[in-house]
Amino acid sequence: MRRLIHSAALRKTAGAFATLGGVAVFVFFMLRAIPGDQISASLGTEAAGLTEIQRTSLEEYYGLDQSLPTQFFSWVANLFQGNLGFSIRAQQPVLDLTLAALPVTFQLAVFAIILALGVGVPIGMLSASRVGGARDIFGQSLSLLGLSVPAFLLATTLLTFLAVNFGFNPNGLGYKTLFEDPSVNLQQMLLPSIVLGFAISAPIIRTTRAAVLEVREQDFIRTARAKGVSSRSLQFRHILRNALIPIVTMTGLQFGYLLGGAVVVEQIFSLPGVGRQVLMGIQQKEYALVQSTVLVIAASFVIINLLTDLLYRAIDPRVRAE
Amino acid sequence: MTQFVKRSALPLKAFALISAATLVLAGCASAEEEEEAPEAETQVEQPATTGGALVVGMVADPDTIFPWKATQFQAFRMLENVYDTLTAFDADLNVVPGLAESWEISADGTVITFDLRDGVQFADGSAFDSADVKYSYEAIQVEENAAVAASTIGGVTSIETPDADTVVLNLATADVGLLANLTTVNLAIVSSDDTEETLSTGTNGTGPFLMESRTAGQNVVLARNPNYWGDPPPLDTLEFRVLPDEAAIAAAMSAGNVQLAVLSDPITAQTISGDVTVATTPQLSYHALMLNARNGSMGDKNIRLAIQCAIDRQSVLDTALLGEGEVTGPITSPAYLSDPSARPCPVRDLDKAAEYLAASGNADGVEIDAIVAQGLYAGAVEIAQAVAAQLAEANITLNLEVLEGGTYIDRWIAGDFETAIALNGGRPDPDGMYGRYFPSTGNLNQVSGYSSDTMDQLFADGKVESDPAKRKAIYAAVSEELESNAVWVWMFSGYTYTAISDSVTGFVPMTTGSWQYLRTTGLK
Repeated sequence: MRRLIHSAALRKTAGAFATLGGVAVFVFFMLRAIPGDQISASLGTEAAGLTEIQRTSLEEYYGLDQSLPTQFFSWVANLFQGNLGFSIRAQQPVLDLTLAALPVTFQLAVFAIILALGVGVPIGMLSASRVGGARDIFGQSLSLLGLSVPAFLLATTLLTFLAVNFGFNPNGLGYKTLFEDPSVNLQQMLLPSIVLGFAISAPIIRTTRAAVLEVREQDFIRTARAKGVSSRSLQFRHILRNALIPIVTMTGLQFGYLLGGAVVVEQIFSLPGVGRQVLMGIQQKEYALVQSTVLVIAASFVIINLLTDLLYRAIDPRVRAE
Repeated sequence: MTQFVKRSALPLKAFALISAATLVLAGCASAEEEEEAPEAETQVEQPATTGGALVVGMVADPDTIFPWKATQFQAFRMLENVYDTLTAFDADLNVVPGLAESWEISADGTVITFDLRDGVQFADGSAFDSADVKYSYEAIQVEENAAVAASTIGGVTSIETPDADTVVLNLATADVGLLANLTTVNLAIVSSDDTEETLSTGTNGTGPFLMESRTAGQNVVLARNPNYWGDPPPLDTLEFRVLPDEAAIAAAMSAGNVQLAVLSDPITAQTISGDVTVATTPQLSYHALMLNARNGSMGDKNIRLAIQCAIDRQSVLDTALLGEGEVTGPITSPAYLSDPSARPCPVRDLDKAAEYLAASGNADGVEIDAIVAQGLYAGAVEIAQAVAAQLAEANITLNLEVLEGGTYIDRWIAGDFETAIALNGGRPDPDGMYGRYFPSTGNLNQVSGYSSDTMDQLFADGKVESDPAKRKAIYAAVSEELESNAVWVWMFSGYTYTAISDSVTGFVPMTTGSWQYLRTTGLK
């Protein structure tokens, strides 16, 4: 039994490392497949006026004079020593930049998920309570709206409307961490969390609705109802609890997506998170910055998947039994 | 309420003549007629009080703080408030003293002697002298250092420092535009004790501000430089705050989080509310359809002329940029402004276009390729589509290749295009603006796709001609040569929109895009 557990844990760990290795190779070569390099990204069309000596000197400066395999293995070797590279633009180690950016995105993702769950699960349950009824139409419409309204549109509209009409724009004050100024920080997280939470609540509404409808048809629910279990207890203890697995799966996926995919919202609300860091890195062709940050995002995704697996065990005795 | 103030056509045309004279005079005072450099004449509104912190909104933070390698707009705007150059521009683009208090130019124009200001110190307290100028210019000239402006002072053969207050530049040939070209922060004077390494992590200039802090992706804070040689700037601190989207900047202006910002999108500028004035400032940069005469059918002058005649520039401007700009010829500098009505087909003439096409042997039409940048600047694709629609009516099919910014720049740099929709930067001196593109020896000539003996001669003459009227005539001839050969199709210049809170005084937006007047800016 213990051997089995060990081999399962080993398999998962090996799988995680294989995933990260694949991401490392993929992002390294994809970045270099994008036309242009750090020289043309920083000089723009001025790069056309460079002499041969100037270009060679700049290639040396940016480390572009080395072969691709040398660049790759030196990056990987540095990673194992905790060195994620150096950002020439920011004149700072990538590790420092990432350690500053990751909490911003993490906090935003947590708030957005809390909002999405707070809205999505109850509405999904309401929606499933009477298929085709008014509540269902409301729930379905809301989820359709969440899926179809682009985040950048909602974000820009909210930002401009509140700033112009009420002078409310905490994001224009310059980012403050939770420790520097909790009040400003929470205000700065409010609008971006609403925008992201609204978008993510849509799949959660749909998943909850589908899962509840499926569980509701199970024999044990009919039995519970026949035994006279109260409606409230039936909804929460029997139906919701058994419908949690797909909801948790969806939440885990969305949380992972938020860690790397909140770039548009971070951009509009001027939040210095990892999404914006990657975007700036791509624009400036800062290879080390992009590669290492993407790898950190991928590692976070893997960890969240592992945590989701653990959560399955906590909420479903059948998984524990397996 | 937001007020829109237009600082457009009047400044461009009205001070053209005055500027032409002063710009050239600045560069041609002979040894016999030793002349003090003109003093700045700009009347700048003085702030009501001294002190305070101003927040300026920017879409990105500076990508470098080392002045010799800066090309990014934001880096320029910050660094020009930290470093000084030997000469400077005033608001009317006259060359005025910078770190050099005055200068003399030898009769043949090949020796310029600068008298440096006394008592100037760098921010770290060390004294500024001629050795710093020699160190800076010589380091910029070293090719391995890859300084952006190396070619600007490429004609300087040697630098002498007879004493601590005097610098002598010996030139291979006279270069009348040099004094204007020395104003770029890419030719900033740094301390001879500093290196690229030290100046990449901190600043040490002689300018009105010094860098107090820098948080990547968030802000750069400048503080008043206590050692500044000029009038102390009214502001205690100046924060360049990164709000990566123009809509975010507009919102921050409306909410009063930011007091000054420059926007490129007129629609976003209109969304700003509150006690803010938005000034429209014409720019020296220009939109053009670059025609590569060394590639494909663009080698045929008749086809190029047909394209020129088939485009209604005002209509493209109205369609693509909501009419926010001015139709222009090649030279956008007020002092040497080209006359757009003097070009062949100043108004769209489809009959003439058909004649040129027939003369090229393509009476049935011609097909050409154009590269267009997506995301590099606002309006590129819209301009391309409007131009293509107009050319289609003249039997010219423009195949648009819409490229990601990096790919576009790569193709542009390599001259790998038949035609290109482009937004190119302008400069106050026409030699600085086109001296790299059209002379056959220019370092961007492979991109311009055109050269001729006439063009070489005109640029050579313009470089050494010290008489303002004659120099103006030379660049008028350059303009005529460029347009009559339809080297490119020059279309129009756009505006920038400077949003200024009503609590801000003393800021003057410039056609070069410079923010040098942050040094005179204060808060009421």
